[in-house]
Amino acid sequence: MDNKNITFKSKDLLGIKDLSQEEISLILDTASGFKDVLERDIKKVPPLRGKTVANLFFEPSTRTRTSFELAAKRLSADVVNFSVPTSSVVKGETLKDTALTIQALGADFVVIRHSSSGVPHMLSKILDISIINAGDGANEHPTQALLDLFTIRSHKKKIEGLSVAIIGDIAHSRVALSNIYALTRLGAEVRVVCPPTLMPAGIGELGVKTFGSIEEGIKDTDVIMTLRLQLERQSKGFLPSLEEYFTLYGLTAGRLKLAKKDAMVMHPGPMNRGVEISSEVADGPQSVILEQVTNGLAVRMAVLYLLGGVKK
Amino acid sequence: MSKEILNSKGLERALTRIAHEIIEKNKGTDNLCLVGIQKGGVLLAKRLASQIEAIESGHIEVGALDITLYRDDLNTKAEQPVVKATDIPFSITDKTVILVDDVLFTGRSIRAAMDALIDFGRPARIQLAVLIDRGHRELPIKADYAGKNIPTSFNDLVEVHLKEDNSDDRVVLLNEQ
Repeated sequence: MDNKNITFKSKDLLGIKDLSQEEISLILDTASGFKDVLERDIKKVPPLRGKTVANLFFEPSTRTRTSFELAAKRLSADVVNFSVPTSSVVKGETLKDTALTIQALGADFVVIRHSSSGVPHMLSKILDISIINAGDGANEHPTQALLDLFTIRSHKKKIEGLSVAIIGDIAHSRVALSNIYALTRLGAEVRVVCPPTLMPAGIGELGVKTFGSIEEGIKDTDVIMTLRLQLERQSKGFLPSLEEYFTLYGLTAGRLKLAKKDAMVMHPGPMNRGVEISSEVADGPQSVILEQVTNGLAVRMAVLYLLGGVKK
Repeated sequence: MSKEILNSKGLERALTRIAHEIIEKNKGTDNLCLVGIQKGGVLLAKRLASQIEAIESGHIEVGALDITLYRDDLNTKAEQPVVKATDIPFSITDKTVILVDDVLFTGRSIRAAMDALIDFGRPARIQLAVLIDRGHRELPIKADYAGKNIPTSFNDLVEVHLKEDNSDDRVVLLNEQ
């Protein structure tokens, strides 16, 4: 194996921004081994036996939390879920105290999602145990980008040189930002497509090309990632209406023909059918949306396994 | 200091003898399959299978087993070992599984391999074939077939080089100094 001598330096996974190309490849290679495990009859292996993973979610999430929970359980770890409405947070406890309590209870990993950017980074300084960012505000969602890379690589056998279009609410999307870091680091050409009101200032500095027109943006691409349009933004004047958004930016079968013939269609979920993507495309032969969900488990198992080996 | 224990002729002879012993002990090749432990064991299992096929007619299935996730030292190692592929594309339930490894040492890899195998099914029996038995067992495990027994010090290294890895077939003992 080429990456035999590469080790994971950090005890935490806070974002793709901090990862080297080699570290990203190590995670993806390790995930391949876990993908095998998920295809067996007995989908459980013992490396995290006796370890505890605490899921700390300050924002609603079903798929990411369930994915982390299953990933941990398939590595034989114990899992505890702290969801905010039932925890002491509603009684006024600070985030820091909640985190210290979880550490004192003996958890070895904290998987955190929070509406504010930088919360996982702050926790990583307070706690000695491993922190995994499961989404912080509009900053990063590293495991989503890793599972997207894994899915692309399993179809296209490489990342370098591919042309990838990301369509949607770029300004508010942590999925977009993590994917931009990850794809550019591995040598893909990244195009971002969105209405001018949702295009963040300074995005060009990240090494991406920007497009206001979906037709131009997806022309001859290998991969099209549609993002969930966060409906709560609609009331804030970013968009005239959902119908207009679909008319101008929705991924339809007609538009999909502009991409390469074997282009992959991706979506991090949950989907708004008829807003960012048509049902015909979402359920069509080029869609890998459900495969992304399965791969998410393998990638999260790889992350937990690799961080479990870092000496704290 | 290094010393050659087996050259390519010797290694081939040892495998031929193990192939014959496997057939003799199991009274043929019915229900037999081979599973090699990544990575040297996989290459040896493939060679053993073709030797067995050459002696008896029929096809012997060969699987590859990665034991990384079943190791008992994951908590104490400085870094996580790389997870390699496990590929057992057939059912092992009710089969006689010949587990194949290059070097038998403490026995801990074999313990891990047996735990991993049992997660794939319930074999009728598991037998162990190794190219080299170098002693120093830490668990009650013994090989059913051994190519060569060699005395070693605990800190010696035994290296098995195989032509599939672009090297000549040979086994070398490296002394600790």
